[in-house]
Amino acid sequence: MVGGWGEKVKAKIHVTLKPGILDPQGKAIEQALATLGYSSASNVRMGKYLELDLNEKDKVKAEVEVKAMCEKLLANTIIEEYRYELV
Amino acid sequence: MNIGVVVFPGSNCDHDCVHILSDVLGQKAIEVWHKETSLSGVDAVILPGGFSYGDYLRTGAIARFSPVMAAIKQFSAEGGMVLGICNGFQILLEAGLLPGAMLRNTSLHFICKDVYVRVENAATPFTGRCEPWQVLKLPIAHADGNYYTDEVTLSQMKANAQVVFRYCTPEGKIMPEANPNGSLDNIAGIRNAAGNVLGMMPHPERCAEDVLGNDDGRLIFLSMLDALKKAVLQPKTVGV
Repeated sequence: MVGGWGEKVKAKIHVTLKPGILDPQGKAIEQALATLGYSSASNVRMGKYLELDLNEKDKVKAEVEVKAMCEKLLANTIIEEYRYELV
Repeated sequence: MNIGVVVFPGSNCDHDCVHILSDVLGQKAIEVWHKETSLSGVDAVILPGGFSYGDYLRTGAIARFSPVMAAIKQFSAEGGMVLGICNGFQILLEAGLLPGAMLRNTSLHFICKDVYVRVENAATPFTGRCEPWQVLKLPIAHADGNYYTDEVTLSQMKANAQVVFRYCTPEGKIMPEANPNGSLDNIAGIRNAAGNVLGMMPHPERCAEDVLGNDDGRLIFLSMLDALKKAVLQPKTVGV
């Protein structure tokens, strides 16, 4: 059984620029896609994906910890937003 | 004066700062390793440029948790002068000692060239030697210098004269063409509300002596020394 009570918790975290914040990398990728003929692709946004194991069996506690990690270090909430899942 | 120059793993402009302070300006420059927890004996502190912690995660994001940063927060809270240059500016933003954040340059390029900035506030401890609206030629060298903050913060900063340098044409005109990195409102340098912390993307330490053909950067260091001398002459406020 994966992710159940009593297992280690794995956090999968996505950090992306907030909507409305210019994403020069996303724009460059979008242009490259258009060059390749994928002109239907738009609003490309590039972000970061982080994965980490938590030595914490309680998912509620794990969530509190992951949220604090995102707020303090993993994301800069002035320009970025984050979402995570615990499995 | 004793000026601390913080050395993070990956700092690479620390020696330039030490050279200007000691060899050119005759001050005592003290290298402060990032593991230090005290800034005692230092009159002002400089966070130099470089690539602290390899710019991993975000520029300055990991350096801000170095032990020395707690001492720098304390030092600035007590009114100590803190200058952050380039990566030093990025660290001050991440540490919350200055408002806003840095985004990737809109061109996605690492830009290394001379630019012109206009002194928007010549009444700071870092710009006292400059004339109001004076145009300085200073080099930049960064990939993440695209300053961003929200509208409310920007208007507060403007109201407090916290925008100290803006990218301009050689004639001092502020226009999009003079903006090298997409920075909001052409912002190249800001100070905190209290006025004792300044962050700037251009490198004054790279142009502070005649032999280099440009010594505009010297004005920043001379201004700091003026302010420090003045502070020594004035008795400290009771209760501070």
